[in-house]
Amino acid sequence: MVPISWYLVLSAILFVMGAAGFVFKRNIITVFMSIELMLNAVNLSFVAFSYLLRSVHAQVFVFFVMVVAAAEAAVGLAIIIRVYRNRQSLNVDDIDLMKF
Amino acid sequence: MDKALFLLFATIAIVGAANLLRQRHPIYSALSLVAVMGALAALYLLLGAEFIAAVQVIVYAGAIMVLFIFTLMLLNVEEEAATGRSRMARYLGLPLLFLLLLQMVAMLRQEYPVTMVAQVGSHAADNVKQVGNLLFNQYVLPFEVTSVLILVAIMGAVVLARRKS
Repeated sequence: MVPISWYLVLSAILFVMGAAGFVFKRNIITVFMSIELMLNAVNLSFVAFSYLLRSVHAQVFVFFVMVVAAAEAAVGLAIIIRVYRNRQSLNVDDIDLMKF
Repeated sequence: MDKALFLLFATIAIVGAANLLRQRHPIYSALSLVAVMGALAALYLLLGAEFIAAVQVIVYAGAIMVLFIFTLMLLNVEEEAATGRSRMARYLGLPLLFLLLLQMVAMLRQEYPVTMVAQVGSHAADNVKQVGNLLFNQYVLPFEVTSVLILVAIMGAVVLARRKS
């Protein structure tokens, strides 16, 4: 008997840790992994709500989130490879051409 | 019993996420993210989402993280340079993140009292069948659209990562 709110709080903690990685990490691939961590945290919320509402619809949405995450990872890593070829660096501080 | 399992896997997830933040080398971060994803798959099983748990292991831990580690090895990534972060992130980042966490926890505690509990094994036994029924009846159009999205993503990845000839 685990309260549903524990799952939701765990999801909130993981989401904030992902956001912290996004803000503080300097390697662009680690930043990308932090985004994946945030997506996972949201998926956990979806599944917890799916249990709470006794509805499988949320699980279908988790499936779609995973599909989009896979597509995003493929394209994002291709972009990272291209950036590395052009700049020989993965530090986000060096990739500032569009910085105002 | 459920509580012990939940606490075990929640601890693994949080420690893994903390290790992702702590490690300076991206390979170690990627491996701790795999641990987080495995722990989350176990939590999905506790919540009765068998299909999602399987897909989590196969697609996330299996496919996406392999792609990450493959890229890390391909680019031969070195340790993260310890550059000074931007002033905004240094002074505002942590307080705002704590504020976000406190807000979310306070809201969740208020909206979802501890009397709402999850009991392992109390869910419907035909989870995969239910998901499949929904996916191929009500959500068949979004399902087909995601296949086009995957196709476009594959072509985009090939075009972006191709060497200039």
